[in-house]
Amino acid sequence: MREINVNEISRAVRKLYVECSYHLPPDIEQAISEAAAGEPWPVARDILAQLKENLAVARQGVYPICQDTGMCCVYLYIGQDVHLTGGDLSAAVDQGVREGQAEGYLRKSMLLDPIERVNSGDNTPALLSCFIVPGEQLRVVVAPKGGGSENMCRIAMLPPAAGIEGVHDFVLQTVQNAGANPCPPLVIGVGVGGNFDHAALLSKQALLRPLARRHPLPLYRELEQTLLDDVNKLGVGPQGFGGATTALAVNIEVLPTHIACLPVAVSIGCHVTRHAELII
Amino acid sequence: MEYHLTAPLSKAQAALLRAGDKVLLSGYIYTARDAAHKRLCELLDAGRPLPIELAGAVIYYAGPTPARPGRPIGSIGPTTAYRMDKFTPRLLGLGMLGMIGKGDRSDEVIAAIKQAGAVYFGATGGAAALLARAVRGAQTVAFAEYGAEQISRLEISEMPLTVVIDSLGNDLYKTGPKSYLQTIDTAE
Repeated sequence: MREINVNEISRAVRKLYVECSYHLPPDIEQAISEAAAGEPWPVARDILAQLKENLAVARQGVYPICQDTGMCCVYLYIGQDVHLTGGDLSAAVDQGVREGQAEGYLRKSMLLDPIERVNSGDNTPALLSCFIVPGEQLRVVVAPKGGGSENMCRIAMLPPAAGIEGVHDFVLQTVQNAGANPCPPLVIGVGVGGNFDHAALLSKQALLRPLARRHPLPLYRELEQTLLDDVNKLGVGPQGFGGATTALAVNIEVLPTHIACLPVAVSIGCHVTRHAELII
Repeated sequence: MEYHLTAPLSKAQAALLRAGDKVLLSGYIYTARDAAHKRLCELLDAGRPLPIELAGAVIYYAGPTPARPGRPIGSIGPTTAYRMDKFTPRLLGLGMLGMIGKGDRSDEVIAAIKQAGAVYFGATGGAAALLARAVRGAQTVAFAEYGAEQISRLEISEMPLTVVIDSLGNDLYKTGPKSYLQTIDTAE
């Protein structure tokens, strides 16, 4: 058994939250560059050039990439041989968010109550998900998520007879309905199977997958490619002004499910699909 | 077309613009988003004066990140505009002539834009660091207790915008993708 003090987790969350607010993962930045090079529609090329320039300004460390520095989603993959010491785990994660918000001049977007709408004043609490995994390491993933794209996420409990066409059509419909709202070009995370809540969480985790990594099973790998092609045929384009680049990638993850069920969750990530991680 | 304009706007300026035009906007604009819109309309309901001058005003749907020392503002890109649709026709009726945001507007808002001879601009969503460089100064005007959602008066210089909905009701979110798709059909 290995002991890890929760203060180490605070420090990790703080560091990662600030880092990914100013630096987009290199694979997403590269995908934007490649899209710009292949984009036939002039307005769309202009927008993609602005996005690249924006990333260069943000990298200097003064202005975050986006003013919506997000709700701070934190995923902890905790080795089952780890013993956490030094206090309450979620309080430690929130402390990391609080310190990251102050250090990075990040926006205070979190409200303590959805109806009363009173701001927490430090962008806490984090939206924390924990998973127990084999081993004695602890992987910390921070993925701040903006509200504009979050509002465009959808879930459907399809009849199993809808099959793969049903999944395809629901994803396409969700992107079409979202239009310009979620800041295309998008990263699209799809969770298929499980149940209502697991499908939603899985679709969020799908957003974290490197863009170059495709699904290992041919069925889903092909669906990822078909969906990416079909989404980009919608013509929505960067910012919704038209063009070939509506999405950068479609990442599908699947789970076993019930004989009566075919849940499909679609998490819409904007062109600033931030995430960063480290292993303790 | 590309225009250099100064806010507040005149109806004649707004009438010149067509969906798809590029505008470099300078002058003075206000920030206001969800909570501020709700509060402005509550003030109107109560028959009380507004803290901002609406005649010719341009409202930027934005909540910036905190300013670093020595900087007028933090990152400041547009937020999604449809959430303000409920309040927009009322403000247009009181003389507002411009809005800056991202994402589509309701049919009611488009009708109110035509009626008022106003314009809806798009700023590039998620290009917030780039847009911050167009802000020269910022001053809190109202609702400071809302933090990022307060109303600020911004002095801006050549903020890069695109006309999305013009005073005739043309909507780039409809015409842009359609025009693009037509070029693809022709190519095939």
